[in-house]
Amino acid sequence: MSTLSTLRRPQPGTDRALRRRRIRQNWGRPWLYIPLVGALLLMIAPFLWMLSGSFKPEADIRRVPPVLIPTAPTTANYGELFSTLDFTSMFANSVIVAVAVTAGNLIFCSMLGYALAKLEFRGQRAVFLLVMGTLMIPGLVTFVPLYVLVANMQLTGSLLGLILPFLATPFGVFLMRQFISTLPDELIDAARVDGCRELAIFAKIILPLTKPALATLGIITFLGSWNNFLWPLVVAQNESQYTLPVGLALASSGQSFTRFGILLAGAMVVLLPVMIVFLLFQRQFVAGIATTGLK
Amino acid sequence: MSTKTLPERGDTHEQGTAGPQQNTGRRRFAVRGTARGRQARAAWLLAAPFLALFAAFMLLPVVWSLLMGLTDTKSADLRTPLNVSFVGFDNYVRLFEDPQFFTALRNTAVFVLVALPLTLAAGLAAAVALDRGIRRFRAVFRVGFYLPVITSIVAVAVVWKTVLEPRAGLANLVLGWFGIDGPAWLADTRFALPVMIVMAVWRNLGTVMIIMLAGLQSVPQSLMEAAELDGAGPWQRFWRVTFPLLRPALLLTAVTTGIGYLQFFDEPFVMTDGGPLDSTLSATLYAYKQFGNGNYEMASAAGYVIFVLIVALTVLQFRVLRDKD
Repeated sequence: MSTLSTLRRPQPGTDRALRRRRIRQNWGRPWLYIPLVGALLLMIAPFLWMLSGSFKPEADIRRVPPVLIPTAPTTANYGELFSTLDFTSMFANSVIVAVAVTAGNLIFCSMLGYALAKLEFRGQRAVFLLVMGTLMIPGLVTFVPLYVLVANMQLTGSLLGLILPFLATPFGVFLMRQFISTLPDELIDAARVDGCRELAIFAKIILPLTKPALATLGIITFLGSWNNFLWPLVVAQNESQYTLPVGLALASSGQSFTRFGILLAGAMVVLLPVMIVFLLFQRQFVAGIATTGLK
Repeated sequence: MSTKTLPERGDTHEQGTAGPQQNTGRRRFAVRGTARGRQARAAWLLAAPFLALFAAFMLLPVVWSLLMGLTDTKSADLRTPLNVSFVGFDNYVRLFEDPQFFTALRNTAVFVLVALPLTLAAGLAAAVALDRGIRRFRAVFRVGFYLPVITSIVAVAVVWKTVLEPRAGLANLVLGWFGIDGPAWLADTRFALPVMIVMAVWRNLGTVMIIMLAGLQSVPQSLMEAAELDGAGPWQRFWRVTFPLLRPALLLTAVTTGIGYLQFFDEPFVMTDGGPLDSTLSATLYAYKQFGNGNYEMASAAGYVIFVLIVALTVLQFRVLRDKD
């Protein structure tokens, strides 16, 4: 397309200049691809290593120096993962926790985000400052009392203990408030004039318009919960509550470390769902990060 | 925050001399049934579920933790957290008398001071290269650079652990191609922390890149052309036009990445347990170990020390990076 318009326009200069210009329009600065491809290889090398390692038979794993491409690719590592480590129930736990936490954040954070962005009420500023102020508090500050609290609520033996503390997070409020405040006030005023009730305005007008931000928050929260490690490690008391990262970490610290074909297969299983989620929603994700990042 | 006055039902008087006073009066005595009262009630209804969870699982633990850091919990068990004796700042004194805590603080400081600028620079460089330099395969590069961000830290740690395995790992295999006899990496006190710095940059530069890319795309092309016409070279254009416009985005990523880096925990926990010889022991890992040993008050005190460091770093970043005007 751009090539055609370049050709049609009368060009000053020689054929060589013309060709250089055309390359530039199609590719940008060609020499930049060399360092970028090098950097890209560095970035994905561990993933390629993981992929190849997960299909390596035991003999290849013990080989020194190591081989990059498995001599006889096998799925035995994956099989063993699910038979000996009970990855099926860990996978289910991870999904349940991540979905519940994501749903909670979408609902509660958008509600408060709307109130802070568009409604006027006494104490609004105090609520905003209080919620935002906790963004800087490290997880470890609340960690110990949170553990005591959850233990006293008798929740350490159930998945609820993994879910409850993360259902409503300040970051979600920040993100939703930022986004909702960019929506025009006139929309809400018009609905009020038409006699729409306050809560209905939120449900019927704001929520549908907030979809891009909800998608972003949903992906971020899902990824965060899926990858969360420390809290489930401490709260989960028996194997029936382990999430994938916990199972993987405990497997890697035990004696089975020498068999890293299984560990790499485990890492693949942990990574695949988030990769799929990310690739599917990449556009919303990037757009959402951009809107929050630049305000 | 919206500070706009909304039209109220029955608010029909014209903007006259008496208007403003009536308005203030109405604002002060907002009651049930008025538009403002309805709005406030709706707002609190919407806020209530979040605030309830927030109070229980955030505010309560924060205050509790602060109190815990000032008490001796040795006598009490977890089920009776209030049965403790108040000891003032004794725990903090003990904390700073512990040479291991200093080691942890020093490691954390080295980690943050090296990894944070490197992450910001690498992310910014990647964004500029992708934005201005190339046209083809931009999405491939973007996804590739962002992939480590979305990967579970445990999976990352496991993979790197096998990559860095001295005999059968990828790192020393590649070094071997160049005739270099690679070190023992994580088992070597000289290499363990630097390896984790590299891992952190590798893992986090994608976030900086994505936000910077969005920032770069909002730089108006006309501004760049105008600067070019005025004779500004590429470097000048970057530092005088692009960089100032990126500053808010850079501040945001610097602050959030800095907060994360000061809580550096997962990699040493999974990969080295703070070793060898405490060379990768971070402040957070120290606190966690105190927790594991039943010293809850020491863990809380250490948590608050990290909190103070986070506030200090954030304030510093706002000083350095905020818009000068």
